[in-house]
Amino acid sequence: MLDHILSILIFFPAIAAVFGFMIQKDSIRAYGVSVAAIEFGLALWLWFAFDGTVSGMQFMENIPLVPSFGINYTLGVDGISLFIVILAAFFTMIGIASLTDTPNVKNMIITLLFLQMTMAGVFVALDAIVFYVFWELSLVPMLYIIGAWGGPLRIYASIKFFLYTFAGSLVMLVGMLFMAYFYYQAAGVWSFAILDWYRLILPENLQLWLFAAFFIGFAIKVPMFPFHTWLPYAHGQAPTIGSVILAAILLKMGTYAFIRFSLPLFPDAAAAFMVPIAIISIIMIIYTAMVAYAQKDVKQVVAYSSISHMGVIVLGTFALNVEGISGSIFLMIAHGVVSGALFLLVGVIYDRRHTKLMSEFGGLAHVMPRYATIFGIMLMASVGMPLTINFVGEFLSLLGFYQQSHTLTLLAGTAIIVGAIYMLTAYKKMFFGDVTKEENKNLPDVNKRELLALIPLSIITIWLGVYPKPVLGPINTSVESIVKLMHNKAQTELGKERIPDITKKRVLVIEKTVIEEEVH
Amino acid sequence: MLSPINISMESLNLMTLAPMLIPVVGALLILVIDIAKGGLHKSLYVVLSLLFLAMDFATVADSSGIFRANGTVMGVFDVMLIDGLAILSQFVIVGASMLFIPLAMTHKRFHEFSYPEFFALFLFMIAGFQFMVATDNLILVFVGLETSSLALYTLIAMHNRDKSFEAAVKYFTMGALAAGFFSFGAMVFYALTGSVEINKIALVLAANGYADIGFVLIGVAFLLAAFGFKLSLIPFHTWAPDVYEGASAAMAGYMSIVPKIAAFVVAMRLFEFLVHSNVVWLEMVLYAVVAITMTAANMWALVQTDVKRMLAYSSISHAGFVMAAVLIGTTQANSALFLYWILFSFTNLGSFSMLWMSRQKHLAEHQSSDHSYDKFAGMIKTAPVAALIMGLFMLSLAGVPPFALFWGKLYMISSAVTSGYTILALIMALNSAIAGYYYLKLIVYMFMKEPVLANGGEIYVSNATLALKTIIGIAAVGTIFAFVAINPLLEFITAFVYNSGY
Repeated sequence: MLDHILSILIFFPAIAAVFGFMIQKDSIRAYGVSVAAIEFGLALWLWFAFDGTVSGMQFMENIPLVPSFGINYTLGVDGISLFIVILAAFFTMIGIASLTDTPNVKNMIITLLFLQMTMAGVFVALDAIVFYVFWELSLVPMLYIIGAWGGPLRIYASIKFFLYTFAGSLVMLVGMLFMAYFYYQAAGVWSFAILDWYRLILPENLQLWLFAAFFIGFAIKVPMFPFHTWLPYAHGQAPTIGSVILAAILLKMGTYAFIRFSLPLFPDAAAAFMVPIAIISIIMIIYTAMVAYAQKDVKQVVAYSSISHMGVIVLGTFALNVEGISGSIFLMIAHGVVSGALFLLVGVIYDRRHTKLMSEFGGLAHVMPRYATIFGIMLMASVGMPLTINFVGEFLSLLGFYQQSHTLTLLAGTAIIVGAIYMLTAYKKMFFGDVTKEENKNLPDVNKRELLALIPLSIITIWLGVYPKPVLGPINTSVESIVKLMHNKAQTELGKERIPDITKKRVLVIEKTVIEEEVH
Repeated sequence: MLSPINISMESLNLMTLAPMLIPVVGALLILVIDIAKGGLHKSLYVVLSLLFLAMDFATVADSSGIFRANGTVMGVFDVMLIDGLAILSQFVIVGASMLFIPLAMTHKRFHEFSYPEFFALFLFMIAGFQFMVATDNLILVFVGLETSSLALYTLIAMHNRDKSFEAAVKYFTMGALAAGFFSFGAMVFYALTGSVEINKIALVLAANGYADIGFVLIGVAFLLAAFGFKLSLIPFHTWAPDVYEGASAAMAGYMSIVPKIAAFVVAMRLFEFLVHSNVVWLEMVLYAVVAITMTAANMWALVQTDVKRMLAYSSISHAGFVMAAVLIGTTQANSALFLYWILFSFTNLGSFSMLWMSRQKHLAEHQSSDHSYDKFAGMIKTAPVAALIMGLFMLSLAGVPPFALFWGKLYMISSAVTSGYTILALIMALNSAIAGYYYLKLIVYMFMKEPVLANGGEIYVSNATLALKTIIGIAAVGTIFAFVAINPLLEFITAFVYNSGY
């Protein structure tokens, strides 16, 4: 069974969803939670069976799909994808468990289970077409969730979300077809297998073009400035569960794809585009942080802060060294946990008051102390306070990029300060001061069902902030092999310079020994 | 004194005619039955047509076996040409017809199906299409084209509503113009080369090095216009939306598939050698036609308020997309054309059948036309299964993986990439994104809006019978599980296309 655990992870929720149609609608929630719990159990089992010291792919499966055109159903998991898969299963579980009273709850849960299938598929696919299939398919359930359960502008938001991503990924598809064609020219057979593509060394000008094609697809998904405009709408209109999954998992597809595709396939192009992308990321960090500061709606604050943090992730990825990339993967998980929790928290207050405007609140700390505490923990994590999960990721990402450019890193560092400002202001407006509104005086505190979702998230936030090693270890092992691969594949001067050779000893260490010699 | 002509029957190879003769015999039989005993129920004729089509299909399968063993077969004074293209396209023609004809078994009674002539004409039309694809003789192409077109005009008019007559007359006028263009173009080529057979025309033109390029271009221009009408390429597309709207939904779905594959095959035979012989002008014109057809039809589809008209424009856009294969002209592109069209016929016939199933006799108050978008509002609440299936077809048409049409698009764009048409590949990709919008629009209406009538679910299946449901089921299964069939299909198609030299 362990040989096929990845296929089971993908298709178990889908098959369960199909059977879900038969279940009476009052009982569907229990069914959804149990399916998601089994899925999460399987994901944990995967972690247990995973060998953290191996850098390559594990649990690989390979079934030919269209062999004459080089499309195979190839799956595998390594340190980079492992934790995102677990995170996806985890969020589906607590998402369904904490689902508040929704109309058509049966459709919602079946849709979520299908979504879980696509999310697992994206992160374990090792064939570009299989990856693309799940990547595109993930749009459909999300479209339905936003469009059917969203706010007043839900249809506009859902279509914008779909079309933006769809257009970007079609450009990426053309890029993939080119990649396969170049592989065909070099090797004489068609192949869409990512591991085959890793072996292909392309001339720099081709790399630049293909990098751009893939970049459009990924950047829209992340979303990077200036392609980010769909996200505030999607978050603003989506129901709580939609925002949680979108922020926690779906956005990670873009940054994950950067690490899986862009970096190892086009190392020279990645090195060449490093500074422009870093500048875009920094614009994204600072600009969206400022926009977040101007929001009146607390959900929009969280949404924009989420874009801002995605900027740090992209920055870390394009540091092109082990610290930066590991940091960015860790930050993906951290951001998933923290922003997912923040959206859940916003959902909690929205269920009680049916408004998300911060001016409607104030002094909530008196009325809902437990809520205020958990919100406070997540907020501190979000601004990157040490000993929380986000700090580890942000610190490593910035540390990685510090080795490439000091000024840009400094600029990005200021964003953490701006982040602290808008988050703390939002917190102040909502929780401190006197209870001004009559309606707020008798708000019930978080109930058991909500605590069920929020307590584990708080525990993870602090646990991984204090002791990140169980997660960081396997990530590091896989990232090292990717950086090694990139360094070996790089042909240009710039590429060799910017992608460090980790088999050699660090420059920093050599300097230290020089100093020691002088002392003696 | 003329000496008597001595020709052995073997050299005529009359078996090459068998696939076309079967539907002709079937049509005659239906007419005879009607004369002998009138007033029989339509189910008899449906099943008879189905039987003859099945026999036809078996004969085509038989000739595909012969093609595999011996290669291309010529027959009847070398007029008939049974090569891979002919066999593949006949599979599509007969197969799609078999999926279409059970749609006549509607729950409500419709005028046209009460006439046995409908079924006779239908079979004659299929014979016409089969003649068209199984020859490279321009005269026989013309005969096939006219046989099928005249039958088709009548079939449309038999739907017996004002709009159907309008559609039939419009189609007839445009078709007559196209026929004129075709015969004029063929005449020019005959004058230039002294032959009406495409391969001889190609040989003669190549031998004299395209000396009379001006006349060649005139001939090409007329033929391009003629096929532009048949394939509804812009700027010759104007008839298509009106005709689709006037015809019954089932017939519109049929028209978007079968006549076009026949025209594609002839266009492939005709234009391929011209594109390959560096007639730059043709390449540029085709490029422009392909790009504009895809893009402009998509734009028009965006603003439609009726689902059937939207699907009409979308099928124009799909035709433009596939016409790119004729422009690219590699084996991969031509295989992609067939792959795409087979997958398209499942999906498109399925979606038109869904419309057909919801056909009302009288319009509800909130509807401005037969299949206006708001008719489908909130369908997920009132008729969930139908909504899911319709949504599935829309996603497939939009090219969302892993549904059928995605694989066709993938292979087609790949063929553009492989032969260096990078810009074209991008245009094709971005057009799929534009097209996403109008397919989504229907999904939005079905899944995200509130139903206009709370308990109006039965109108979506008001026409449903077991026959219709079976056809839609086949189309849905074909759409979902296409990924299993892609590999054998692709190998089969590529072998056939490659062995006939395209």
